[in-house]
Amino acid sequence: MAEASMLKRAAARLLGMSVAGFARAMTGVLPDWRGCLPEPRQRVYVANHTSHGDFVLIWTVLPHAIRRGTRPVAALDYWGGSGLRGFIGREVFNAVLVDRRAGQSGEDPIVAVVAAANSGASLIFFPEGTRNTTDQVLLPFKSGLFRLAQAQPRLEFVPVWIDNVARVMPKGEFLPVPLLCSVTFGAPILLGPDEDKAAFLARVREALLALRPTERER
Amino acid sequence: MIMPYEAEELFAGLGAVLLLATLIGQTLKWRSGGEASPAVENLNQRVFAWWVMVALIGVAFLFGKGGVILLFAFASFAALREFLSLTYTRRSDHWALLAAFFVGIPVQYYLVWIEWYGLYSIFLPVYGFLMLPVFSALRGDTTRFLARIAAIQWGLMICVFCVSHIPALLTLDIPGFAGRKLLLVAFLVIVVQGSDVLQYVFGKLFGRHKVAPSLSSSKTWEGLLGGVASATALGAGLWWITPFSPIEAAGFALVACAMGFLGGLVFSAIKRDRGVKDWGRMIEGHGGMLDRLDSVIFAAPIFFHLTRFWFVP
Repeated sequence: MAEASMLKRAAARLLGMSVAGFARAMTGVLPDWRGCLPEPRQRVYVANHTSHGDFVLIWTVLPHAIRRGTRPVAALDYWGGSGLRGFIGREVFNAVLVDRRAGQSGEDPIVAVVAAANSGASLIFFPEGTRNTTDQVLLPFKSGLFRLAQAQPRLEFVPVWIDNVARVMPKGEFLPVPLLCSVTFGAPILLGPDEDKAAFLARVREALLALRPTERER
Repeated sequence: MIMPYEAEELFAGLGAVLLLATLIGQTLKWRSGGEASPAVENLNQRVFAWWVMVALIGVAFLFGKGGVILLFAFASFAALREFLSLTYTRRSDHWALLAAFFVGIPVQYYLVWIEWYGLYSIFLPVYGFLMLPVFSALRGDTTRFLARIAAIQWGLMICVFCVSHIPALLTLDIPGFAGRKLLLVAFLVIVVQGSDVLQYVFGKLFGRHKVAPSLSSSKTWEGLLGGVASATALGAGLWWITPFSPIEAAGFALVACAMGFLGGLVFSAIKRDRGVKDWGRMIEGHGGMLDRLDSVIFAAPIFFHLTRFWFVP
């Protein structure tokens, strides 16, 4: 039993290194710590979401010590299966899997996220709630981000802009094309004492958009 | 292919030059009392990157033709990745882009490996040129179609076709030069990169009058003339590693350096157009792969064909 779990951990480590190595080879990704430094403290990395590769890139550029304590919040229907993808989701990324269809079936998806935050883990969180495959820069935020902040008012929210991933792996394609990507980290944001939902979400949204590279048209 | 004995002297010489550059850089840093100016910091980063690049080329040389081909295939990959990242493409170009990376690069370098001159000199300009836009056209998305396919083709020509002419020098059968062909690659790279470095040094020391102010603020007439003249002299001094006489070596070096300078101008124009200062961040102090390769890219095919025209019977 102990041996099996050790083997599983070794496989997960190896797979994690291969995933990060592959992500680097394809995207040459480098982090830009513009608003804060990589510190081993509890944080919620709040990122734009255009591709399944998004949290892989954030995870790849985080230093090892921080990576271990950082859990992406990911869709159960995509990363929770029983195959290789499920193994990567659960064992490599240690994802907090949320059921986006839970609205009907009972448990509120944010409960699992708050529980993970209560246990001290850092999180990678996509406030749009779903992949943005439209021409809009950023979709409207769901309420989840605000409810997480309410439940844990001392959490630091770090806006993270992930650039160019959608071109590497457009929706509906299965082979990635090598193009340079960047991951930019902004300054941490805390929920204000009397701040309401609309104001908080707008503030995070603006901070996120401010990190977007503007030097060229797409 | 065994490393020719001249290569050892060449790398010893390069090591000595880099050692001198390191000494100068560290002295400047030491004299400024720890807080080095950005220019000195950048100089030291550049020198360090040169150590790494010379070491990589040295390792590639140890493995002979295969090593050199592999090195430049990876350089092509990194360069094409930088180039296409900065150009406008759409989802409908996905298959064309995949073909450029995963068919264009391996096939081109394989053709160089098997020394099939007749095909590696037309594979991308003819077959790639005609087939790639078909992938994009079949998807039916016509938005800025011409701009998209033109950029992909230009990227392939620059980053793959032109770069592959550096290792293609190893396929030239020059009488009396068998077994020493690696030196021709070394000659081209040293002279053109040396010209870049010398233009930078002359420009920093004496630069006053800008050559093309709307393209680049760092290219001056003083840097250009001083750099190209001294790199031409360097080329003449290296005649013993080439099949050329000293005068011919100077002529070849002059043409290569002139092409290198023009390549730098063209690439500056593209960067200005795309609104960036550097192509990437791959090589610290220099920028991206294309920032380092731009001059050799323009020099290599011309150098290759002039050598082939005059020295291959």
